[in-house]
Amino acid sequence: MCLAIPGRVVEIFQENGLMMGLVDYSGTVSKVCLEYVPQITVGQYTVVHAGFALSILDEEEAAKSFAAWQELNQALAAQGVDLFGNPLKEGD
Amino acid sequence: MKYVDEFRNPELARALLAEIRQTVTRPWVLMEICGGHTHAIMKNGLDQLLPREIELVHGPGCPVCVTPVEAIDRAVAIASRPEVIFASFGDMLRVPGSGSDLFKARSAGADVRMVYSPLEALALARKHPDREVVFFGVGFETTAPGNALALLQARREGLANFSMLASHYLVAPAMRALLASPANRVQGYLAAGHVCTVMGWQEYVAIAGEFRVPIVATGFEVLDILSGILMVVRQLEAGRHAVENGYGRSVSQEGNREAQARLREAFVVADRTWRGIGVLPRSGLAIREELAAYDAEKKFAVSGLVAAESPLCESGSILQGLKKPNSCPAFGRECTPEHPLGATMVSGEGACAAYYRYQRGRNG
Ligand code: SF4
Repeated sequence: MCLAIPGRVVEIFQENGLMMGLVDYSGTVSKVCLEYVPQITVGQYTVVHAGFALSILDEEEAAKSFAAWQELNQALAAQGVDLFGNPLKEGD
Repeated sequence: MKYVDEFRNPELARALLAEIRQTVTRPWVLMEICGGHTHAIMKNGLDQLLPREIELVHGPGCPVCVTPVEAIDRAVAIASRPEVIFASFGDMLRVPGSGSDLFKARSAGADVRMVYSPLEALALARKHPDREVVFFGVGFETTAPGNALALLQARREGLANFSMLASHYLVAPAMRALLASPANRVQGYLAAGHVCTVMGWQEYVAIAGEFRVPIVATGFEVLDILSGILMVVRQLEAGRHAVENGYGRSVSQEGNREAQARLREAFVVADRTWRGIGVLPRSGLAIREELAAYDAEKKFAVSGLVAAESPLCESGSILQGLKKPNSCPAFGRECTPEHPLGATMVSGEGACAAYYRYQRGRNG
């Protein structure tokens, strides 16, 4: 029930006095209430839970996470650590 | 899909695992509070890929699991009234009450409908003005904002035939109660990313400081979870206990202010009984007195409820992280997803269901 998932807003409209939208989850489109993300625009990604959009996904923050993980990956490779965290020189 | 697939990148996952192995020097017990995390961990086998030193215990963060038997019994009693259309999220239907469940009530003739959003229940109320539409409003801080809005919208539209049977829980008081218990083993928390999306992470600062426990707001994809674990382990190894945000693309310090405002408008903080755990002070949300006309508990008096748990079920210990599902004698025998004895075997986020589905049987 708590499995909120990210999707892209493809349309915004009003219904019964509420800000609503259509959100596309790679092909599956469903109607979602946008009252909690009033600044959202078409094309932005949002996390939807039980029919309500809860946040606008921040692309810059996502990129920051990736940059950190990539750096870690390169640092480990440079140290000669294998994928399981063992130093390569130990022969395993 | 954007924001999903790239957060499952296997090369980066292996790098994070390698870094966790390099960082850890002694045993640590981490709890993932959220059942969504438990399922993602089991599904991807992360528990088996982590170094032996790290033990993950599963928290009470599953609203289906902590909704007390009494609430299920009340739901069944209300749903069975002839004038009622009872609308519920699908995963509540099979949760066992004392004698029955909503699914069985439906087989016996009750008008029970599955909805994906509380707004669908409002639509039912508009469509059937001659019937009483009751929505089963369960959930944590993630679901409660939508339910709050449904209540406020019902009042705005004057939908007198709509009401909500509410059973809302707050995660932070449970995190505190678990740490305060003498039996506590938890040394670090992966906090539920979507709860933090709504509430922010300010309320964890006091908990982290008081109990000297690192808390990291964590997302739900593989890289998010591994990164959350790494952040907690780095703190533990360094003797730190701060609140950190590992899910920056969705979580901000202050959270979603619109959602918080609607929560305050519709609900008040109240003591709540957690299934298997007991009463925790100020651990849930009750419908405000001003909205009493939309409160199904007040609208439909139900008397003579005597809540009875299955005597075999150990889900209380499991929800507190004291036991693992595969140590329950009934696991996979008397209790399966087809014949659940406890709510933790039913829900898409229940720990017992996760162990069963991803085959963490008695032999691990
Ligand atoms: S396996 Fe079934 S009986 Fe045992 S604790 Fe889990 S839900 Fe309860």
